[in-house]
Amino acid sequence: MNTISVQSCSTAEDIRDQLRKIVKDHAGLNLPLDKIEDSTDLYRAGMSSQSSVVLMIAVEAQFGIEFPDAMLSRDVFSNIESIASAIEAIQRADA
Amino acid sequence: MIPKLKPIRPELLDHPSFQQALTLAGEHAADVDRNGRFPSEAIEALRAAGAMSWLVPRELGGAGASLDEAARAVFELSRRCASTGMIFAMHQIQIGCITRHAVQSPWFADYLKRLVREQRLIASATSELGTGGDIRRSIAAIHPAPGAEPFLRFEKKATTISYGASADDLLTTVRRAPDSEPGDQVLVLTHISEMKMKQTDQWDTLGMRGTCSPGFELEATFAPDHILPAPFATISAETMVPFSHILWSHVWLGLSSDAFDRAQNFVRKQARQTPGTTPPSALRLSELSVHMAQFRAMVESALDEYVELTARGDRAALSTVGFAVRINNLKISASEAAVEACLGALRVCGVSGYKNDGPFSIGRNLRDAHSAALMIANDRLYSTNASLLLVHREGK
Repeated sequence: MNTISVQSCSTAEDIRDQLRKIVKDHAGLNLPLDKIEDSTDLYRAGMSSQSSVVLMIAVEAQFGIEFPDAMLSRDVFSNIESIASAIEAIQRADA
Repeated sequence: MIPKLKPIRPELLDHPSFQQALTLAGEHAADVDRNGRFPSEAIEALRAAGAMSWLVPRELGGAGASLDEAARAVFELSRRCASTGMIFAMHQIQIGCITRHAVQSPWFADYLKRLVREQRLIASATSELGTGGDIRRSIAAIHPAPGAEPFLRFEKKATTISYGASADDLLTTVRRAPDSEPGDQVLVLTHISEMKMKQTDQWDTLGMRGTCSPGFELEATFAPDHILPAPFATISAETMVPFSHILWSHVWLGLSSDAFDRAQNFVRKQARQTPGTTPPSALRLSELSVHMAQFRAMVESALDEYVELTARGDRAALSTVGFAVRINNLKISASEAAVEACLGALRVCGVSGYKNDGPFSIGRNLRDAHSAALMIANDRLYSTNASLLLVHREGK
């Protein structure tokens, strides 16, 4: 996996595209990339609790961030849009 | 006697009808255990006390009790008969799932009113042949009922359903639809009188014999509004898992407290025989009282955290990795603490504790306690936490 330093320069669209690829690689879904929408419910699409932890680790590594406990939740990791919002919130706080 | 759990408002637990249930649970505990039979006397008394609907909101006719009160009742019942305490706990877990996730549904609101009137007993079918004990995956799925649309149906092979043969209703996990992923589950409430249930094995176990928990093959046809509206994943994280781990822990604390009481009575009896000298077993008892204090504190702090989070409506906090780690830790530690407590009491009582009769017998407590590590296997929870701890940082 390539780790890209994107903390402050990534656009909203970049973040979502990168997340889509991470989800494809790590969430354990049986979905092709183009079927993973920003609002797709990843748990309903087949992500297990175990896979969600793998996804959390992969997102932290890719974006060089650490999620606080309050964001390591089922709600946040249920779709790409909410993960992206959490990343943006952390990046704003770090900026 | 060990110090009591913190005081609770007395209307429910001090009521003579609940006290009668406690008495009956104690009187029949040995027979329930010996014959592996359902503790019908105590459960009927709990029905008479209205205890089956304590957790149902007042506006639906229930007592609007808190989880504290249910937990305390589970503790007191389990000091007399752990099987009765566990059945009562499991029923309250099902009520918790419905009241916290389905009261906005008119069908479930009506169902709860009916439950209050009839004091119905709810069992659950979350286990399934072929899932390796993982209740967060299902093989069975909801299908359209052929020729009876919009009715739906499911078939499920459940490996264990506690008090399934004595319950009125059943909450079952199934996949949402035939093409759903194994983790895309919902809970369905069905009336047992309207189902086909075939018992597939016996329940002749080391302990918890009165819970009568064999396997069953299930078939049910039901209307769509019998499905709890929230996804099972949400219900599991916010209610079923925390309720289960907290109430089960109160069962184990209760049966351990009974073992401690027996050990203390044994030491007192020895002391009375040799006034002026402290019996050697007293030292073991004092060690055990330290263990019990830690056990009690652990169970109470988990209950307090959950009650506080739910009281302020913080549902997001309940689905965090940190909360999952803590609530799994509770189950693991309480289940291990119960066996340790009973073994400690056995060491104090010696042969008197080893005998299956008499006031100092620890056998039933110890056998019941050994079930604790198996109800959701501790190894599974250790493995889950091992994974969660890769991202969770304590204190963050």
